[in-house]
Amino acid sequence: MEIPYTITPRPDTGLFNAKAGIWLFLASEVMLFGALFTSYILLRIGADHWPHHELDVPLATLNTAVLITSSITMVMSWASLMEKNFKKYRVYMGLTFLLGVCFLIIKGFEYTHHFSTGETPNKSTFLAIYFTLTGLHGLHVIGGMIVNGYFWGPGSKMWKTQPERFTNRIEVAGLYWHFVDLVWIFLFPVLYLL
Amino acid sequence: MSTNHDAHAGGHAASAGHHAHHEESFWRKYVFSIDHKVIGIQYGFTSLVFLFFGFSLMMLMRWQLAYPGEALPVIGSWFSSESMPDGVMLPEFYNQLGAMHGTIMVFLGIVPLAVGAFGNYIMPLQIGAPDMAFPKLNMMSYWIYFCGGVTMLSSFFVPGGAANSGWTSYPPLSDIATTGQTVWLFGMVLLITSSLLGSVNFIVTILQLRTKGLTFMRLPFFVWSQFVTAFLLLLAFPPLEAAGVLQLMDRLAGTSFFLPSGLVVSGQPLVNTGGGSPLLWQHLFWFLAHPEVYVLILPAMGIIAEIIANNTRKPLWGYKSIVYAAIFLGFMSFVVWAHHMFLTGMGTAISSFFQTTTMIISIPSIIILSALFLSLHGGSIRFNTPMLFALAFLPMFGIGGLTGLPLGLAASDIPLHDTYYVIGHFHYVVAPGTIFAMFAGIYYWFPKLTGRKMNETLGKIHFWGSFVCMNFIFFPMLIQGLAGVSRRLYDGGAQYAHAQGVLHLNAVMSMAAWTMAIFQFFFIVNLFLSMKKGEKVDSNPWQATTLDWAATPTPPLPHANFAQIPEVYRGPYEYSVPGHKKDYTPQNQLSEG
Repeated sequence: MEIPYTITPRPDTGLFNAKAGIWLFLASEVMLFGALFTSYILLRIGADHWPHHELDVPLATLNTAVLITSSITMVMSWASLMEKNFKKYRVYMGLTFLLGVCFLIIKGFEYTHHFSTGETPNKSTFLAIYFTLTGLHGLHVIGGMIVNGYFWGPGSKMWKTQPERFTNRIEVAGLYWHFVDLVWIFLFPVLYLL
Repeated sequence: MSTNHDAHAGGHAASAGHHAHHEESFWRKYVFSIDHKVIGIQYGFTSLVFLFFGFSLMMLMRWQLAYPGEALPVIGSWFSSESMPDGVMLPEFYNQLGAMHGTIMVFLGIVPLAVGAFGNYIMPLQIGAPDMAFPKLNMMSYWIYFCGGVTMLSSFFVPGGAANSGWTSYPPLSDIATTGQTVWLFGMVLLITSSLLGSVNFIVTILQLRTKGLTFMRLPFFVWSQFVTAFLLLLAFPPLEAAGVLQLMDRLAGTSFFLPSGLVVSGQPLVNTGGGSPLLWQHLFWFLAHPEVYVLILPAMGIIAEIIANNTRKPLWGYKSIVYAAIFLGFMSFVVWAHHMFLTGMGTAISSFFQTTTMIISIPSIIILSALFLSLHGGSIRFNTPMLFALAFLPMFGIGGLTGLPLGLAASDIPLHDTYYVIGHFHYVVAPGTIFAMFAGIYYWFPKLTGRKMNETLGKIHFWGSFVCMNFIFFPMLIQGLAGVSRRLYDGGAQYAHAQGVLHLNAVMSMAAWTMAIFQFFFIVNLFLSMKKGEKVDSNPWQATTLDWAATPTPPLPHANFAQIPEVYRGPYEYSVPGHKKDYTPQNQLSEG
């Protein structure tokens, strides 16, 4: 028997199943990063000395711009599907993926620089929390890119058979991608500026 | 089965039947199944095996506690010289057993049984859904849980053995412990991921797949309990995942999140940057682990509510109060965690806050328990095996809950902290509390799975034996704890002057634990015997009202549950309604009959 509300929203909740699911998943992600940010605050308050302005702010600003742009292209890819324009979707989804790659490359430069100057996680609590937070965020970016890449490539076959369901999937993937973006918006000032 | 099904099926259901009767391969049907009923049974069996394994670890420890330093006959020779040379348990091995007993019972035994097994099998049936909202995710949850379990077990075979810093894994001890701790952390990350996927699935299923007419206030309390539990799992587990990541960094990347400056280990200063906070772990850990206690107890209350309403043939007393109390309990469970930390010197202001919230959270628990007690009043009770377990749950959980109050107040917690009193209190909640509820649930829903009842005589022997033994195991713990015996002593207190007066109780508790194991064999035999030889019954043998009993045939259809999705016209517990011909009116029955 078919499971109801995989495509159309349930009238009383206003959600289709996957959308309800992703919001709940994001709630748990908020708790995960929330716990880490709280740890950051507690460790910083308890520290005798906390380093300031030791990270590359221009590079991180560039990365912020890259991620925000990728969020825009993500919305555009979903909007293209709503307009039933599959070609445009492919372009925007491809761009989203490439901007993800771009973010990781820039982050990679930063990491290599830290490692080459001997700034490894075991050198100070600041570096430890910096690597943990950005590393975990990086894993989330990679996870999102795997999903986006799948929907750009093999997963997009569903457009031919179930276009509405496919559009829903892109919306859900988009919600996740925006969340990953949002985490960075918090990480950037907390680690680089404050 | 197929003819019966086709005869009842309408046009829509016929296509469902077509799906259901698709010949599935063996692997798809029994191993990598996406049917919530098969997954529920998988969870059930795996968690029962883990429960028995965790219990066995404890039986080993009880030998050492009752007869410290003496060689364990026969069984002792099965172990390597690194754990039990000549059958005498080493302190290191005792610590491993202790840490793993807690971890296995809580994370691999009770939670997967209460949520993974009962929730998975019963909840979709009770809300009239064809399956869970995300069947593939459901399968993944189970297999990630399975991998987490295997990872945990494998930690016994790494150098230095399994994790040995207690189930709470407090740093700095756990940060510098042997490799087993790293394996423990990896295992926990898997288990957390599994319960995360599961909880998303549960909430979406309850929100989205409730059948027509099944409003929230018509949900059986069991569904409510799973709903609140899923939120607790969803929101409380991630902070432990964060803590696990930080501890992994400490252990693998050499960071000092939980290591303070100037730490000296075995006379040697530890080489690390320091500046970390061991208290941070305790906050993150208990932020999970207190809601976790309610994860352990809420599904149990759900099962008990179903069984009590059914066997008293009366509606639950104060259904709405119970539901609101459960929701309130869920919220409050997030703001009580630091009552586990009164001894850390976090200050009287914070202690006052947490002891206030702790006193407040006892109110909804008492509301639920009182309502269940009052439900018994004036009923003509059927004393079958599930009901006996349910009736025993009430006073046992009552003792567990009331002995918790002194631990929630800083002044009385200080002398009791880390004594056997805490162990006695907690085990009264989860062993004769939750585990009895699990047994009650197994006896109660067994006919739904198999079409046969479990044997009543064996069931009653199992019940009375377990009931007596449980109290002989856990009540002496309260006495020992009041005398001040610490919970983590390798010799059970033999070397401590203040423990001498209560030392003789160790042997009593151990004897009771081993005797209880014997009574569990009555359950195991009953379980397997009744599958083949149990009394055959129809699809609603207890004359129950909820939708799970409306699903025919037995077991319910794969991937569909109902030949035709039922519609709900009334509340969950319409038993003995005045003027009705029968003493129960199923939820899906339009007019009284």
